Amino acid sequence: MAKRRFGPEDSFIAGAATILPLVVAVLPFGLLLGTLAAQKGLSPFEVSLMSATVFAGASQFVAIEIWSTPANVALLGATALMVNLRHVLMGAALAPQIKTWPRPLAYAGLFFMADENWAFSLRRAAQAPLTPAYYAGLALPLYGGWVATTTLGAIFGGALQNPERYGLDFAFTAVFLTLLVGMWKGPRSLWPWLASAIVAVAGYLLLPGVWYIALGGLAGSLVGALQAPPAPEASDVA
Amino acid sequence: MSLDPLVLAAIAAMAVATYATRFFGFWLVRHRTVGGRLAAALEAVPGAVLTALVAPMALATGPAETAAAAITVLLALRLPLVAAVVGGCLALIALRALAG
Repeated sequence: MAKRRFGPEDSFIAGAATILPLVVAVLPFGLLLGTLAAQKGLSPFEVSLMSATVFAGASQFVAIEIWSTPANVALLGATALMVNLRHVLMGAALAPQIKTWPRPLAYAGLFFMADENWAFSLRRAAQAPLTPAYYAGLALPLYGGWVATTTLGAIFGGALQNPERYGLDFAFTAVFLTLLVGMWKGPRSLWPWLASAIVAVAGYLLLPGVWYIALGGLAGSLVGALQAPPAPEASDVA
Repeated sequence: MSLDPLVLAAIAAMAVATYATRFFGFWLVRHRTVGGRLAAALEAVPGAVLTALVAPMALATGPAETAAAAITVLLALRLPLVAAVVGGCLALIALRALAG
């Protein structure tokens, strides 16, 4: 690669300006997650701790949906692993860009990798080398906004009475459905999702507990494994 | 402020599992290429898990829930995701009221 000087377009500010519209779009989801978590009995501190250490929206919605008291540690850990498996492909796609960074910076950068900043990182990398400063500008506003809004949601959402009145019991389903619409890739998605839906409904009707989630996910993944490998960049949710 | 050790353990398990997924792809590429069946299976997992989560509520709970799920999907094709979530919840409230 030809030598080039790093300019303002590689700075933290440039990254932050790029991600800002998406930070705004994520804020209502943060408030909703905090509200639903408070309804399940989590304290604002516990919600902020989860957001700050996990920082993965879909898996946090799933975790709150299946949350029980006492907490089922193994189930929650295993479910987070499954829901976040797309990160493996995302990390593989991002690796060529960040492997030249100092190792601790690369490891820290991976912690903040989310659908939104990942997509913009690859877009940036197609034009110029991805600098740690620009990546931090993409990642940290999203992270700060997520931790802040989920905590706010937990503080104020705990006061809501009768969440069913606002259709909040359907909110998880609605959030997951909108995420699925964004993940849709035509026939590539149809067969795995159909297999997952059939097995999940059968498991839900026939088995106790939440086994239907793992069984449906497994069925869909096995059907997915029968398909052709994905194109190199075809691993994003957004 | 409540601090339940089991809650802390659950959050720690989620955090470790999630960082593992973020780290593993980076590690894999430095040691081998990810391709073929493994990549296809990994690609399918998140959608399959989300589908498994919504399927019972969307398909096996009642006509109001099924209709609201369909409305949510249609809204999500056209509107920002937040609007689709709000619209879906409002649709369910209306449908439940209609169903009595």
